[in-house]
Amino acid sequence: MLRPLQPVSSAARVGLGILFFVVFVAVWAWATFGGYVTRTFLADPLTMVREGYELLVKHGFLYDIGMTIWRVVGGFVLAALVAVPLGILMGTYRAVEAFFEPFVSFARYLPASAFIPLLILWAGIGETQKLLVIFIGSVFQLILMVAVTVAGTRRDLVEAAYTLGAKDWGIIARVLIPSSAPAIAEILRLVLGWAWTYVIVAELIGSSSGIGHMIVDSQALLNTGQIIFGIIIIGLIGLVSDFLFKLANRWLFPWSLV
Amino acid sequence: MSKLVIENVSRVFPPSHKGGQPTRALEPTSLAIADNDFITILGPSGCGKSTLLRIVAGLDHATAGQVLLDGAEVKAPGPDRGMVFQSYTLFPWLTVAQNIAFGLRERGLPEAERLKIAQDWCQRVGLKGFEKHFPKQLSGGMQQRTAIARVLANNPKIMLLDEPFGALDNQTRALMQETLLEIWERERKTVMFVTHDIEESIFLASRVVVMSARPGRIKADIRVDLPYPRHYTVKTSPAFSDLKAQLTELIRVEAQTAAAH
Ligand SMILES: Nc1ncnc2c1ncn2[C@@H]1O[C@H](COP(=O)(O)OP(=O)(O)OP(=O)(O)O)[C@@H](O)[C@H]1O
Ligand SMILES: [Mg+2]
Repeated sequence: MLRPLQPVSSAARVGLGILFFVVFVAVWAWATFGGYVTRTFLADPLTMVREGYELLVKHGFLYDIGMTIWRVVGGFVLAALVAVPLGILMGTYRAVEAFFEPFVSFARYLPASAFIPLLILWAGIGETQKLLVIFIGSVFQLILMVAVTVAGTRRDLVEAAYTLGAKDWGIIARVLIPSSAPAIAEILRLVLGWAWTYVIVAELIGSSSGIGHMIVDSQALLNTGQIIFGIIIIGLIGLVSDFLFKLANRWLFPWSLV
Repeated sequence: MSKLVIENVSRVFPPSHKGGQPTRALEPTSLAIADNDFITILGPSGCGKSTLLRIVAGLDHATAGQVLLDGAEVKAPGPDRGMVFQSYTLFPWLTVAQNIAFGLRERGLPEAERLKIAQDWCQRVGLKGFEKHFPKQLSGGMQQRTAIARVLANNPKIMLLDEPFGALDNQTRALMQETLLEIWERERKTVMFVTHDIEESIFLASRVVVMSARPGRIKADIRVDLPYPRHYTVKTSPAFSDLKAQLTELIRVEAQTAAAH
């Protein structure tokens, strides 16, 4: 029975989750096979699968997938390397926060995609430009969210650490960082999802490889089956990376879940 | 010689909003605590007990006056004044043993030694077998036992406790009082213990300091001459009842004043 906030069994949870996809594909098949939508605009599920198979086998689509993943991960890791330490510093020291916060808050609203023409001028259409798009798109969000998390550390834990003899470095290394670590991991997971949207946009413009590039090519050929296959692949990769993140968090931070 | 000297310490909190009145949490208060004394501070809610304890711990600053520990002025928190808080403040990412060893780690003791001391304290506060548990897996009573062990493992000069058993049920609280008393009778640490429970204040203390309603002042300072080691049955002795009646009367007046505000 449906009751507010009532938990469901894990079997029911998996079943319901799968049910959605079944319904989705059924509606799609009904619309396309039934002739309610023109072929030109939307391929049917079977065509999509066939096109996808051809992409993988004949057109080296695996290489495109690999390129896209490497760009996302590369740009995202660079952003995290800058943002996490800076965010921790901002969360810890009010003066550092006062210095960076106004700029970062401003920069956060600059859409990464709007930088693409400028970045092409600066960095060409090579990999540097792609990495920079991801970097700009994620770094400011990461900085702010990490800073807020660290600044929100329970004050009583910090006070307890001081009365146990911790000095400033001890407070940062053994209270602020470990207490924020699970939330920071969660922020990384979230922002990685956003990074995926930036990479596709970056690949739509001035690129010779990647999932986004394939999608543009397919559009020129009116091959909607390939486009949909590409989109589904992106979704699947997102699902897998999300799952890996959750697994890693459970393994790294058992205390926050027990 | 007195170990801890509180000299005319007062605390006024600035107004919380523009045009508001500042809060006088603590009137100038003086108190001397001898080495190995167990004093309890008894007073109605909001009378400045936590404020006084936080100033001694160095977590808050006195508006005027000073606190001296062994003749040196207290300016900042330090491991010589261990504190057990009213709320649960174990580090959730550390196990019981790691929590107890936190201060030792900050002091730079080698891991093997830290572990040995932590295990020893686990045993003494009755947490044997729970060394590897995380705080979330413990009951409130066990969490406070760990918090007490965490302070004692650090070997402080004075131990400050702010209503550590306030959130526990009566049976657990009674057991915790006995554990704490046992440890104190063995270690003879100087203890400052804040509570609003009259029975608790008498059972534990060698001296009960009663505070008045806000703004807090010391209203009475009463020696408890019940001999140590104390057994829980002392709670039913005539001497205990007399003290209890006396303190109840004192506190009643203050509670009424507090309620009238
Ligand atoms: N940071 C603060 N800013 C402003 N006022 C404060 C602050 N801390 C405490 N006060 C005020 O000081 C007074 C004393 O507070 P304190 O916490 O010391 O009381 P207490 O005796 O410990 O009470 P309880 O038994 O309820 O814990 C209260 O009126 C409280 O509102
Ligand atoms: Mg209090």
